[in-house]
Amino acid sequence: MSEHQINSSSEVSTAQDGASRRDFLKIGASVSASAGAFSMAFFVPERASAADPKGVTPANNDPQKINAWIEIRPDETVIIRYARSEMGQGSRTSAPMLIAEELEVDWKRVKVEYALAHDNLKQKRVYGDMASVGSRTIRLSQEYLRKAGATAREMLIVAGSQAMNVPSSECIAKLGMVIHPASKKSISYGKVALKAAELTPPANVALKDPKDWTLAGKSIKRVDIPDIVTGRIRYGVDTQLPGMLHAAIAQSPVFNGKVKSMDGSKVQNRRGIVKVLNMGNFVAVVADNFWRAKEALKEVNIEWDVAPEHTKLNNASLHAFFKEGLSQTELAVARNDGDTAKALAAGKVIEAEYFTPFLAHSTMEPMVCTAWLQGEILEIWPSTQNAENSLAAASTASGVKQENVRVYPTQLGGGLGRKSPQDFTVQAVRIAKEMAGKPVKLLWTREEDMQHDFYRPASLVKLAATQKADGNIDALHIRVSAPSIIASLLKLPLPKGVDPQAVAAFEDHPYAISNSLVDYAQRNSNIPVGFWRTVGHSQNPFVRESFIDELAHAAGKDPLAYRLANLPEKNFRDIAILKAVTKAANYSAPLPKGVFRGIAETDGYGSWTACVCELSVNDRQEVKIHRIVIGIDPGYAVNPDNIAAQLQGSVVHGLSAIFWGEMIVKEGRIDNSNFHDYRLMRLNEMPNVETVIAPTGGFWGGVGEPAQAPLAGAVANALFNATGKRVRSLPFKNHGFSLARVRT
Amino acid sequence: MKITVNEKARELDVEPDMPLLWALRDELDIKGPKYGCGIAQCGACTVLLNGEPVRSCAYPVSSAVGQQVVTLEGLEKKGKLHPVQQAWIDHEVPQCGYCQGGQILAAVALLKKKPKPSDQDIDAAMTNICRCGTYARIRSAIHAVAAKGVKA
Repeated sequence: MSEHQINSSSEVSTAQDGASRRDFLKIGASVSASAGAFSMAFFVPERASAADPKGVTPANNDPQKINAWIEIRPDETVIIRYARSEMGQGSRTSAPMLIAEELEVDWKRVKVEYALAHDNLKQKRVYGDMASVGSRTIRLSQEYLRKAGATAREMLIVAGSQAMNVPSSECIAKLGMVIHPASKKSISYGKVALKAAELTPPANVALKDPKDWTLAGKSIKRVDIPDIVTGRIRYGVDTQLPGMLHAAIAQSPVFNGKVKSMDGSKVQNRRGIVKVLNMGNFVAVVADNFWRAKEALKEVNIEWDVAPEHTKLNNASLHAFFKEGLSQTELAVARNDGDTAKALAAGKVIEAEYFTPFLAHSTMEPMVCTAWLQGEILEIWPSTQNAENSLAAASTASGVKQENVRVYPTQLGGGLGRKSPQDFTVQAVRIAKEMAGKPVKLLWTREEDMQHDFYRPASLVKLAATQKADGNIDALHIRVSAPSIIASLLKLPLPKGVDPQAVAAFEDHPYAISNSLVDYAQRNSNIPVGFWRTVGHSQNPFVRESFIDELAHAAGKDPLAYRLANLPEKNFRDIAILKAVTKAANYSAPLPKGVFRGIAETDGYGSWTACVCELSVNDRQEVKIHRIVIGIDPGYAVNPDNIAAQLQGSVVHGLSAIFWGEMIVKEGRIDNSNFHDYRLMRLNEMPNVETVIAPTGGFWGGVGEPAQAPLAGAVANALFNATGKRVRSLPFKNHGFSLARVRT
Repeated sequence: MKITVNEKARELDVEPDMPLLWALRDELDIKGPKYGCGIAQCGACTVLLNGEPVRSCAYPVSSAVGQQVVTLEGLEKKGKLHPVQQAWIDHEVPQCGYCQGGQILAAVALLKKKPKPSDQDIDAAMTNICRCGTYARIRSAIHAVAAKGVKA
């Protein structure tokens, strides 16, 4: 059994019945939530009952706790708990902002502390889902966070009014004070918090209209940044414990191989080497210093037992495998409006095939987890996007009961979806078990990280369309041949055979097309796949929005006008974000000679996004990006500057993939090994990025992932306008295009 | 061997070819320099050696003997942040922050040499990888320090 299988619900979950599993799938489909899946695979997906703000009896040792989320100390310090991970997405700040907004406290007095996974387990998941995946922190927890703040505020008002001997109905709360305006009396929260905590929480509280926000909606500085710039913050990799050992591991280069034989005799007497372990599906060297461990590992002789057919995989054979999927006769149908086959047969068909490759996450901090097993107690410090999932996986791997597992939060050196699967946590726990009594920190080398990822799936897509006399789209057939993350990583059944991520942005395309068929050929190989930032929306919008451009050009229409003509009124948010972003980009104004524009739009993670790219290409096929205007409508913008940062970052993440990102599969293994052959963008290539934050209200969308979605389409469409060359596969480097430095 | 880290003499009993990074992290518990690639590609492990940015993952500890090693932890003086650290806060530069210790030290070294760096100077000096994509803010924070004319 491989580690990631341990994470699948079938292995561990006993609480899930068929109905909740279906619920999960529904949620998985609609929120396209990476490994939300994971937490739900372990714990009953009780989003409705999760995080009840009033349902907690304050712990005995915590009399100041108004509820699970809020504690107010006599010195007026306000402790607000944050129940997810921080990996740079900023929600350790923006989620507490929503609580503070309703609580009516002075943000300067707020301290954010982590809620702990083992406390959540003990307290019937009072903190709800702890996963930081799917850009979901704000959009899926805003309501219970705001209610937690509002409920506590009402209790403080009652306690304050009693202390002042005035009717509570005449009191208001502001900046940590309960105020009775009529008598001009006031009392601070810190003085009445104990009393407030004893009160019965109100059953119903009214939440503020975001129009009345005084804190949320403003750009608030992230709470973790001061500790980042001084080096005080502790990432998973920084865990230090008394007598701690360090482990380096090697896994089978061809995926899913086992250790056939291992000879560590050359290194076992070397300085600092404590143990060389054959762990069945990996080899570990445990030492007193990580460098000694990883250097020794290079000289451990390992023979791997791999399935012969797995060694035959390479990029060409995988492409052929996906190509076969396109002509597969049994297909799962994701969308079927009208009669697409008939409409296509009746008109002039425009066809195209698009390909997007496997990609590694390459978080700056590789996989890391420290584990310490002492008797019946297991403590772990994983760099994890899902502490509950880490807890469950550690329990299963060690045999230690869940209630005896403690998970300590760390800052994550990036997550990008990779730190949801718990393969590294399981490995650390298994090694710690072998080194019983001693804490062991397992760190993957960069090479191990790059060659044992759960890769963004490759995908081959065939599109066919016909147009009406006016050029508007009459029929559109999109056939996807791609692996399924849900089926192969999560081992869950697919609703109607469709992986929602594989067809994301296709099955829910916003265009008014009477005949729309989207079908799917599931093509799983031995290359492990997983949730990579923006998941299906990291690749499918490139395909869709490039093809829409092809249709616009075929119709002789401007790409913006064409999109607006094909978007029905009911999809007013697509229209609004397109208009907002093209206006900010001054779309109708002429560009300097040699500079060309491209646009794209999409929705995802509950938000709407659009992008305009302006670029020029010289005769050496160097692409100079002059400007990127990228915009989002997230409904409500809780911390606007953080949203801008996420948009800027999404552009960098996206451009690395667009220009260079591709895994090279050779003889069944990943050939790329480090940043020299898996190129990431650097500062001197960073184009000018202008962000447009255009919240229209009435819904809550995510911000960490959606902005990457429209980027590739906008860049590819601009590239076509500049060169006449339609690039239908990524990365650009395979077409001879390179990214020019902005300044030369 | 003895090395000087953040103005303190530190005793080490390690192999001379152990990279400085692992001597700092696993022997001296100085965690500011981070492991990112191990082949001097990404710069997460950057430290200053006599004021010059060096990728400590590929620099033997024995070569640091007799030199002044400065890590992120050594920038704060008497409870006062280095102007570059302050600018990083003011401009909300970090996202995950993992690479930022290296970025900050590279910026400190740049500003020492060129108190008013041009964009081209920044392009040439700031070669560390940031996976979160904070490059635009790194640039503006450096310009802001330069504009204040603070002695970096």
